[in-house]
Amino acid sequence: MRSDLEMIDEWIQPSIRVLDLACGPGELLHHLIENKQVNGYGLEIRPEDLNTCIEKGISVLEQNIDEGLQNFEDQSFDLVLMTHALQQFRRPDLLIDEMLRIGKECIITFPNFGHWRSRLHLALKGRMPVSDFLPYNWYDTPNIHFFTFQDFERLCREKDIKILRWAAVDGHLKDHWWIRSMPNLFSETAIFHISR
Amino acid sequence: MPDVIPADSVGIVTPQIAQFDTPLALCCGQTLSSYQLTYETYGTLNQNASNAILICHALSGDHHAAGYHAVTDTKPGWWDSAIGPGKAIDTTRFFVVALNNLGGCGGSTGPTTINPETGQRWEASFPIVTVEDWVQSQVRLADLLGIKTFAAIVGGSLGGMQVLEWSIRFPDRLKAAVIVASAPKLSTQNIAFNEVARQSIRRDPDFFDGNYLDNKSVPTNGLGLARMLGHITYLSDDAMGAKFGRQMRHDSYQYNYGIEFEVESYLRYQGEAFTKRFDANTYMLMTKALDYFDPAAQADGDLAAVLSKAQCEFLLVSFTTDWRFAPERSEEIVNALIKAGKPVSYAKIEAEEGHDAFLFPIPRYMAVLSTFLTRVANRLTTEAN
Repeated sequence: MRSDLEMIDEWIQPSIRVLDLACGPGELLHHLIENKQVNGYGLEIRPEDLNTCIEKGISVLEQNIDEGLQNFEDQSFDLVLMTHALQQFRRPDLLIDEMLRIGKECIITFPNFGHWRSRLHLALKGRMPVSDFLPYNWYDTPNIHFFTFQDFERLCREKDIKILRWAAVDGHLKDHWWIRSMPNLFSETAIFHISR
Repeated sequence: MPDVIPADSVGIVTPQIAQFDTPLALCCGQTLSSYQLTYETYGTLNQNASNAILICHALSGDHHAAGYHAVTDTKPGWWDSAIGPGKAIDTTRFFVVALNNLGGCGGSTGPTTINPETGQRWEASFPIVTVEDWVQSQVRLADLLGIKTFAAIVGGSLGGMQVLEWSIRFPDRLKAAVIVASAPKLSTQNIAFNEVARQSIRRDPDFFDGNYLDNKSVPTNGLGLARMLGHITYLSDDAMGAKFGRQMRHDSYQYNYGIEFEVESYLRYQGEAFTKRFDANTYMLMTKALDYFDPAAQADGDLAAVLSKAQCEFLLVSFTTDWRFAPERSEEIVNALIKAGKPVSYAKIEAEEGHDAFLFPIPRYMAVLSTFLTRVANRLTTEAN
């Protein structure tokens, strides 16, 4: 399992109701169902990922998140998850509101565009960074919003969202003291556990 | 039949008849003292009878879901695309049961069969049957075949409603439910379409209040019209446009009421062909069964409350161009299942064929169905060991 997922795992209580938005092939959900006995549902639109989830016995629903989540009732889940996908949606700010409406708590992970290598790439080459971690060109990337660790923190402040805890990890998904001390500069993946 | 039976066909099949002499109390208040169900089976029932799949048919379906009845058959059963060795409903792993519902015209007791109490054909006197009644009768068929619990029950459209009813009424008798292009109840528009279909039959002078066979007549015009209307609603605007457009019969307009456009010819042909294989009273009964179905009514419309009884896992499938049972209708069931905390997966399949898509071997649709049922089969193997 991806280590950012491993980190999230430690934060999750057993037997809760979990909704995983853009769950992909269901790696995290599968783990949480097997090891934490959560009652989980995933949302996904890629047919091959959907099939992989069904194959694993995960409850997965084909639903385009950009078209809204009105079908989910207020506070109907203990936890709403979104790993490495927030940057792919039209209005991340409104989506976070929706996630906090549906879930009592949310965990969001995203690539930190404030990482020093991204900054250096743009500063020195004058071109949008392409890396192993974000392996797309500006024109074909599914990532339509780029934001940083700090941007996310600021948005939470503006929206009065509580940050219950956070973590910041490097490209090998390890957390080090220097990343913790300057997450906006050193983290490649940011992980936030939030609530209202 | 094709010259060579395809390797993935169940081959030549023979319908069987089950006789039931325990009275069946129907929702309408009447009781059938005895009745028959015609059914077919494909594949082999395993030793502990755990590998059975029940197929529930839709409005104009019957027990002949797969394979051929005779070497002279030109067409296989109605869902041959999904049932067979190696197909999504794999007969090398599953024992498949398909029946003709009560009130049908495929051999089960219905308007065209003899009422043993009178010695006459039932015709108009055949009682109105509902989805609940069908499920009740299917439970008895399962008992007769020695099937305590189905590995899965599968159905599209009206068939999907039967699956939903099974999951609520007999939660311990199925492990998985597959509901395709269906709805938790009909919309007002759907009921309206059904009423137009029924009225076109009733107003045919050859209908004789439903006792047409006694009067050596058949309301072919009314039934044909009903089918034409139905056919339009089963296809999508795009699918019809792509198939016929404004294609004409002649080079120029004839300015009369003959056939000008190819789509007119197609509808007339479909309407007429249908009257040769289907009974008008059965059509009336089946549309009524659709209208009445509303399991949430028993809980003031709260579908989630009703579904909280379900014990199986669900797969729901809808099709993008289906406007008779639009994806939103399937999603009502999905949302209720989530609210009730039940395991459910849902796929919205891109398809051009409208409501009829559920009968087509659309690759993604078959892949989803196959993936889901493969897991059901694998779990059976694990549980057996």
